[in-house]
Amino acid sequence: MAHLTTFVAPLLGGALIGTSATVLLVTLGRVAGVSGIVGNLITLRRAAESWQLGFVIGLMFVGWALLGRMHVPGSAAAPAALVAAGLLVGFGTRLGNGCTSGHGVCGLSRLSPRSLVATGTFMLTAMVVVVLARHVFAVGAP
Amino acid sequence: MKFLIGLFTGGLFGLGLVVSDMVNPARVLGFLDVFGNWDPSLAFVMLGAIAAHAPFIFGLRRRGKPLLATQFSRPPRAPVDSRLVLGAALFGVGWGIAGYCPGPALVASTRSGSAGILALSMLVGMWLHDWLVERATSNGLRMRKPTQVAHAPAQGVHE
Repeated sequence: MAHLTTFVAPLLGGALIGTSATVLLVTLGRVAGVSGIVGNLITLRRAAESWQLGFVIGLMFVGWALLGRMHVPGSAAAPAALVAAGLLVGFGTRLGNGCTSGHGVCGLSRLSPRSLVATGTFMLTAMVVVVLARHVFAVGAP
Repeated sequence: MKFLIGLFTGGLFGLGLVVSDMVNPARVLGFLDVFGNWDPSLAFVMLGAIAAHAPFIFGLRRRGKPLLATQFSRPPRAPVDSRLVLGAALFGVGWGIAGYCPGPALVASTRSGSAGILALSMLVGMWLHDWLVERATSNGLRMRKPTQVAHAPAQGVHE
């Protein structure tokens, strides 16, 4: 059944994410980038928009409802590592104007050169961190 | 109406993240660990998402305007610059440490304490970025910030 979890479910889940981005673009003409939506909600520099608030509520409510019925393991990282990771993710996605959804899904779909460079860059640095941690310094899960 | 569309698309997005198991950091790290027992699932998630999104973008461009707004948001046509690369690089490091990017962090934070710590830190990181950019701008440094969203009021100098 390995193909179900590494092939079918990811393709199906991905298609749902892509459909969400398509609906947002067709109706409101906006980009489904999670870091941009969250960043705009919490910043004092611009007014939050109602659809952005709805997006985050919908995202978290569905997550809360579904994850209550299944067991999904959390991260094994130490609290200090989680804080460092969160700070880097928050700061980096705002500085680089996007994350896996905005650059990786929407930007690549649009064939944006900026998103292509951003996606290549964050994939590369993330892989370097994981490979260093697991194979060079041997910390974390095997 | 816009709120409801946000609610619906956010919910659909969250469903996709749970179905594809991207809320499980072990799976994400399994993709990033290219020298280990490699898990290709994240690549299939992106493939599925792009397949369900890209064809519509090019159809819509010819159509003119969205159903409920006056125009499509135009992400910046700015060149690739050092901010983009540095930001993406820092994000990647954080992603590699714990296996959570912003969407899955928010979804998982509703049930997992570790994801909750990460998500709160992420919000602090976003604030920190805004604060530093604000400070740098008021100090007279030219920090160009290409806005992701065309409707947002112009900030700084436009090229």
